[in-house]
Amino acid sequence: MRLRLATVALGAVLAAGPVLADLVFPDLSYRTGPFAANGIPFSDGYQDYFTLLNERDGGIGGVMTRILECETGYNTEKGVECYEATKGEGSLVYQPLSTGITYQLIPKASADGIPIHSMGYGRTSASDGMTFPWVFNYPGTYWDAASIMVKHAIDVSGGLEGKTIALLYHNSAYGKEPIRTLEKLAEKHGFSLSLLPVDSPGQEQKSQWLQIRREKPDYVFFWGWGVMNQVAVQEAVNIRYPMENFIGVWWSGAENDVVPAGAGADGYKSTNFTYVGTDLPVFADMQKYVLDAGKGAGDSSNMGAVQYNRGMFAAMLAAEAAKKAQDIHGVADITPAMMRDGMEALEITDAVYEANGMPGFAPTITVTCENHSGPGTALIQQWDATAGKWNAITDYIESDRSVIDLLIAEDAAAYAAENGITRACM
Amino acid sequence: MLYREAGDFKTSYGEDSQTFPIRLDRLGYYAVLAVAVFVIPFVINDYWVNAVFLPFLIYAIAAIGLNILVGYCGQVSLGTGGFMAVGAYSCYKLMTSFPDVSMVVHVLLAGVITAAVGVLFGLPSLRIKGFYLAVATLAAQFFLVWMFNRVSWFYNYSASGQISAPERQMLGVNITGADVEPWAAYLFCLAFLVASAWIARNLTRGATGRRWMAIRDMDIAAEIIGVNPLRAKLSAFAVSSFFVGIAGALFFALYLGAVEVGEVFGIQKSFLVLFMVIIGGLGSIFGSFAGAAFMVLLPVFLKNVLVGGLGWPTDMAAHLEFMIVGALIITFLILEPHGLAQLWRVTKEKLRLWPFPH
Repeated sequence: MRLRLATVALGAVLAAGPVLADLVFPDLSYRTGPFAANGIPFSDGYQDYFTLLNERDGGIGGVMTRILECETGYNTEKGVECYEATKGEGSLVYQPLSTGITYQLIPKASADGIPIHSMGYGRTSASDGMTFPWVFNYPGTYWDAASIMVKHAIDVSGGLEGKTIALLYHNSAYGKEPIRTLEKLAEKHGFSLSLLPVDSPGQEQKSQWLQIRREKPDYVFFWGWGVMNQVAVQEAVNIRYPMENFIGVWWSGAENDVVPAGAGADGYKSTNFTYVGTDLPVFADMQKYVLDAGKGAGDSSNMGAVQYNRGMFAAMLAAEAAKKAQDIHGVADITPAMMRDGMEALEITDAVYEANGMPGFAPTITVTCENHSGPGTALIQQWDATAGKWNAITDYIESDRSVIDLLIAEDAAAYAAENGITRACM
Repeated sequence: MLYREAGDFKTSYGEDSQTFPIRLDRLGYYAVLAVAVFVIPFVINDYWVNAVFLPFLIYAIAAIGLNILVGYCGQVSLGTGGFMAVGAYSCYKLMTSFPDVSMVVHVLLAGVITAAVGVLFGLPSLRIKGFYLAVATLAAQFFLVWMFNRVSWFYNYSASGQISAPERQMLGVNITGADVEPWAAYLFCLAFLVASAWIARNLTRGATGRRWMAIRDMDIAAEIIGVNPLRAKLSAFAVSSFFVGIAGALFFALYLGAVEVGEVFGIQKSFLVLFMVIIGGLGSIFGSFAGAAFMVLLPVFLKNVLVGGLGWPTDMAAHLEFMIVGALIITFLILEPHGLAQLWRVTKEKLRLWPFPH
């Protein structure tokens, strides 16, 4: 009790006094390498949102935020080095934007007591918060994405009995994530699944697309990133594959991925869970406080793009979790453990989006100890090449959690057994 | 003035044929070893271990291995990444199949398995040389990476295809897993490095090493004077792959903890170790250390200076790092094609006479 009083007093002093303490948010970005095309706008969005909070609101709960940027190049070894270099600065949450680096950091961050937010990527079974208390992946996971894509295919075609779906994936942990779910869904819905791996970084896809041209699968589901996205869309155009049957995951549906292919990319679909465009009050603020003031992280041209908005969303979720942590613990200068508590108690309702100037930006999210992955919903968007924009063509679709929850439980149990973890809420 | 060699007479064959005959060299070696064992473990933290020391120690072992093959025996090999992968995956399979056996045994056995694989992929060296052998070992690199990706038995059928090192202890101290103390991982790798360097040094200055060097210099003449080319070449592949396999096992189990073969053990790794060996100096154990230090420390140093010190944007620093390392490599090879080891040799020769010019 006395310690808590002292902490509150100290926190109040620190928050009220000159800015000695701040909330540190490390940004493990990649602005170089084959994945930079997508990494740059995400990092810009992430940093710009925190700059906006600093400029417009004076930080979070009165404490300024500080970004520590570290270049990883999507490389695991550099990711580990960046983590080790920044963890001592009071980093509150890590968002590596790389499934490979996330897998690497899960045991390390859990041992060091720093939460990881792998928003819509990373290890899906981290949804089970009792096995992975320090890892969060709201608002959805890759298994949700796979299920949503299958549901959309069923909606569009009336049924998948006897049809073939080809999964074209990045040959890494990221690309392999949906395979188990798709195999289960293939049994359930009666379609046959063919797997086409593409070796990193994904510039060589001719043989895979020749195979697609030969086999003519009814749908191609795509799990790519960076340069692989652009090459895949171009190859699909080259072999004249019907674009409306070519559906990418939410990391494979950005402007940089489709613009190089020109008019042929018209009709390409992808899942998405964030707003595209700049028609919301928060963007006006962003323009005024950040971009016009010359404080933008990048070249200020990305605002409204898919990955930029995704980055903003990730920052917004981190900021809301920080606010929640400040409320729960009554302290403005929170520690990573408090941040984790804030993330686990997070509730993003429509009112919260309105208050931040982002009405309807993304689905409502409730995080609990048992469910670290939130609602698991996403919509399907389609690229309009003439207008040069992504249009949402469906409402938010829910994933088939009956199949996915079983798989999550199985994978989490295997991890717990391998590492001697007893499942419990923190 | 520094090298006081007057009065340093050898009175036994043992003293005469020791590795460091000059007293100052010997004392310097003991001093470095003392600092490495007794001082560094007490002052390092997580960052220094994970960003600087572990990569340096592990790459030094790999560079020693590759130096034996390329520098001493003259067999060009671009398969280092694949062999490190063999070491890593053998270690993983052994760790998960025999959880009660000590880590030391696992790492050594991983080295032995890699030696066997290395001999297998070294068979082409009996028929082809030079550039063509490089291509054959390149095939080994790609085949091994493909195999570890494709055959799910190697990663215990996990959904992600990644292997992660389970927690293991040695003498009650955590060695692998997430909760490892920095000094424990550091000392474990240091022990392996010292042992590897000691074995390599003694092999290369003995009859085996001379056979390898004979094959490297002129293999037909070597065969004529009685060096068995099959034994020499295959033993070079075996010993080299043993060290590279140990390096791979340590890389996976201690340094990274979780590995995805395509990203970590790709062709980039083979090139990296080859550059270490070339820049450090072919045919020199010290050169392996120097090259490993150069290639591991320089990017970290540049990053800390450019981003941390000067505050430059991270992408500019990353691009500059490429350019600076590349430019240094080119400059090096033009000014001193025999590598850092040659620079050291020349310096030492001058120091032995300094301040006298002749």
